[in-house]
Amino acid sequence: MAIYGVALLAFCTIAGMVLGELLGWMMQVKANVGGVGIAMLLLIGLTESLRSRGKLPMPTQQGILFWSAIYIPIVVAMAAGQDVYRTLKSGPMAMFAGCLVTAICFALVPLVDRLCPVTSKAVSADDQATNSEKS
Amino acid sequence: MHAILELTRGILIKYDLIVALALVGAIMWISYWISNQLTRGRLHGSAIAILVGLVLAFIGGRATGGENGLADVAVFAGVGVLGGTMLRDFAIISTAFGVDVREIRRAGPVGVISLFLGVVVSFIVGACVGYGFGYRDAVSLTTIGGGAATYIVGPVTGSALGATKSVQTLSFAVGLVKAILVMIATPLIAKSIGLNNPRTAMIFGGLMGTTSGVTGGLAATDARLVPYGAMTATFYTGLGCLMGPSIIFIVMRMIFG
Repeated sequence: MAIYGVALLAFCTIAGMVLGELLGWMMQVKANVGGVGIAMLLLIGLTESLRSRGKLPMPTQQGILFWSAIYIPIVVAMAAGQDVYRTLKSGPMAMFAGCLVTAICFALVPLVDRLCPVTSKAVSADDQATNSEKS
Repeated sequence: MHAILELTRGILIKYDLIVALALVGAIMWISYWISNQLTRGRLHGSAIAILVGLVLAFIGGRATGGENGLADVAVFAGVGVLGGTMLRDFAIISTAFGVDVREIRRAGPVGVISLFLGVVVSFIVGACVGYGFGYRDAVSLTTIGGGAATYIVGPVTGSALGATKSVQTLSFAVGLVKAILVMIATPLIAKSIGLNNPRTAMIFGGLMGTTSGVTGGLAATDARLVPYGAMTATFYTGLGCLMGPSIIFIVMRMIFG
């Protein structure tokens, strides 16, 4: 039944959020530390173990897959709920700082990708070529 | 006629979440039509849809003066539920189903590096801009730096350090500019920064940190990358709230006294 998948997802979400909140509390931070990430890892772990025992029939999977299919529309709704008006009105400094930090972080993506070695033997031919060029 | 309008309005307000589903469906349909017909698929339909969402948020915010964009218009209040934290997190987590665990394990270390780098760089950039605009005290500069991390880190850092309300609001605005810009710009520059595989998506999530920006931007670029970016981005705000009022503030105080 589809509800089994939805319920599994709900369980992982709640458990992840509680653990994230607990982590924040232990670190004395007023924020949820990695709740979504922990929930994702829980979901991956639980579905893998169920699948390997043949206990993840298609209807159960569909209960989870529906939500990942509806994900982009939810992001669109999230965008429609942002305080865009006040942001655009907030003045030059907020604009400037926001744009600059975004631009710099964008630029860092290829840099970090190139500087940090791939930590696996399964390196693609492409990466090996660039690595040998460096050495 | 007037009675019919009032009656319809009553139903729309009562069934607000359903209205939101219909509205978002319409936005998606129009956006994918524009994407196919006018840009021949070059600009992704979901990117256009997010842009339409932001424009509607602007209109809603201007019309009502509220903080929740379109969701402050009574008949569209359901947009706030559909796009709120609860359903958003629920849907993000569902995308982890079917993710390649090996990719996450392989990119784990570089994801952690990009997390720390992203937080520190954001604080530095924010503080530099704050300094350029005339702020000189370590508390304000750290708070603005926190805003450059995410719109949650800024106010949390500010209230922990006792920054003024106006500086906290400013830091929130900086974070919101970043989130919105990441949503819009990611699909446009994804190619030039090599954002087309799980590894760079995890680096991207760690460097950017803003969950709404990262997940929105990746959804508009390639929806398969969303879980990888979300995986690292979800630790960013916590890390920023941890480092901001502590180690980063101490360093700021050493520099600015």
